[in-house]
Amino acid sequence: MTWVNDVFQGLFLGGAYALTAVGLSLMFGVMRLVNLAHGDLAVCGTYLVTTVMAALGVPLWLALPVMIPLAFGLGMVLQLGLFDRALRTGPLAPLLVTFGLSVIIENLLQQIYSANTRGVGAGNLDVAAVHLGGLVLPWLAMLKLLLALVVIGGLSALLRLTGWGRRVRATSDDLAIARLQGIRVRPLFATVTGIAIGAAALAGTLNAVTTGVYPTLGTLTLIFAFEAVIIGGLGSLWGTLVGGMLLGVTQVLVSQVSVPYAILASQLLFLVVLAVRPHGLFGTPQAAG
Amino acid sequence: MAATGSSGRPALDAMAAAAAGPVAVSRWSRTATVATSTAGLVLVLLVALPYLAGTGITQALVTLFVLVSMAALWNLLAGYAGMISFGQQAYLGIGAYVVYLVAKGGLTPFAGIVAGALACGLAAVPIFALLRPLTGGYFAVATWVVAECLFLYVTNALWLGGGTGVGLQQLSAMPPVLRQADTYWESLALMAIIVAGVYLLVRSRFGLDSRATRDEPAAAAAMGVEVGRTRWLAYLLAAAGFGAVGGMLIVSTLYTDPASVFSINYSADMLFMVVIGGLGTMEGPIIGAVIFFAVQEEFAKYGAWYLVAIGAVAIAVVLTAPAGLWGLAARRGWSLLPVGYRVRGGPPPGPGMGRGGGGPGG
Repeated sequence: MTWVNDVFQGLFLGGAYALTAVGLSLMFGVMRLVNLAHGDLAVCGTYLVTTVMAALGVPLWLALPVMIPLAFGLGMVLQLGLFDRALRTGPLAPLLVTFGLSVIIENLLQQIYSANTRGVGAGNLDVAAVHLGGLVLPWLAMLKLLLALVVIGGLSALLRLTGWGRRVRATSDDLAIARLQGIRVRPLFATVTGIAIGAAALAGTLNAVTTGVYPTLGTLTLIFAFEAVIIGGLGSLWGTLVGGMLLGVTQVLVSQVSVPYAILASQLLFLVVLAVRPHGLFGTPQAAG
Repeated sequence: MAATGSSGRPALDAMAAAAAGPVAVSRWSRTATVATSTAGLVLVLLVALPYLAGTGITQALVTLFVLVSMAALWNLLAGYAGMISFGQQAYLGIGAYVVYLVAKGGLTPFAGIVAGALACGLAAVPIFALLRPLTGGYFAVATWVVAECLFLYVTNALWLGGGTGVGLQQLSAMPPVLRQADTYWESLALMAIIVAGVYLLVRSRFGLDSRATRDEPAAAAAMGVEVGRTRWLAYLLAAAGFGAVGGMLIVSTLYTDPASVFSINYSADMLFMVVIGGLGTMEGPIIGAVIFFAVQEEFAKYGAWYLVAIGAVAIAVVLTAPAGLWGLAARRGWSLLPVGYRVRGGPPPGPGMGRGGGGPGG
């Protein structure tokens, strides 16, 4: 029975990874942009929440609705001011620019908030759980998984059913033709990045309730998000969820045997997938190019 | 510029023959003679330096030589072969730990540096086989994951000292002045070998192949360039170079631990030096390393702000002057270490031919 419980914990963890990764997946799918500052932007959202909570004296659930629009706005500004131009400059430029941004963010956070780990207070949300026979179902973890399902489901519906979604898909298929059809690409890309950063900031904050937050956390956040995207397959949002869950289950199961090797095991899972199926579980081979 | 793809020399000779009037193809210039002679003189001076200056200066110069070596190697990968890697710290770590193991076995650390380079060249074969299908950002992050795996492994490996790291006791026993002079000469030799090696590589057919592969892999393959082999060779040679540099790191500090040697900060430093100096130019990374070294020495006392500033400058350079500081000089036709072919008496050289190739994406 304990291993069933472990699998459940792994799936919850996977939900958290997927919620972080969905923005990375979306931005790559639409703009072919690998945003290496993705994890750091998620961490920025967390620090923003702690600042709002401290400044206004409000609890987490009131600070989140303040932070998410700000994160969305930050995403739009970055896209319009930086990423658009990087995408136009050449194939290597987006990598150099977003990695540079990542270093800037980490060092800024370190200068402003110091290198110490900060907690994100959430009342007793981080310990509350439902006990169901041998299963322990923590509320926070279930909330993250639920949010991952809602965000991915909602995005899929938006992409499939709305005019915005049609324009995004058309742009993703062929940028030049989409422009010829009169689609205004810049504002479209800005909304995509806004959504990606908003979702990442939400995920980052909820993760920080359990682990706390420190300036260089974004590095590991990016790596896990990236692995979820690749394992699931490029361009597939539901694939990202499956990828995140595989990572989470691997990590929890291995930690039962040996805690130090738990994270190494999920990294190795990623490398194995890369070796056996470079385009991921649900991706198409040509997307990996 | 795809015409220079596989068989640069004959194609250009034919072009030269076909052109009307007396034109000749040159690979050298008077500026280059002056520049390389000056570099040679400076090198001789640097070799004599431990007899003239104190250990404070030579210690600082070891840091600079290591930075120049790293920048030149990262530029070989990113600037010439078009492969951006954020995981070269993997090879720094392997190199450092091989030196530790070799020294523990009773051999000199110098032999360890050579062994570190060889070990990294070997380790790069399976690692590249794994990363081969990836390009662009996916290649970059996957290399990073490999380094992260090594970091996690070493942190838990007691035979390598675990998270606390390992020291080079054998060297600590040497008289400090002698040890410092040895370290200095080794790092100087390493830098000279790496810079000269990268230069000769880039001037050779491999250089043409790699630039063609970087700019347009499909077209390069169609011109007869063995794209996969070119990338493989660039990755392997860079890995071996980074292994030697990693060995140099532990020899100069007498100590290494996984959190610092496998740190992503090395990749950030390399990116800043190469991008600011000039990605895909021979002179750029050297200039970038000198600037980075000066900024670090001068401003590190104010905390991490200097990294924020350097990051901002690097982003601005990528977006406004992709060939970096040296690219601005090369636009005037300057070339201290020419790698291309120039038609003498003809029109001014076009991008990618007369100089070391353009920035990212040409």
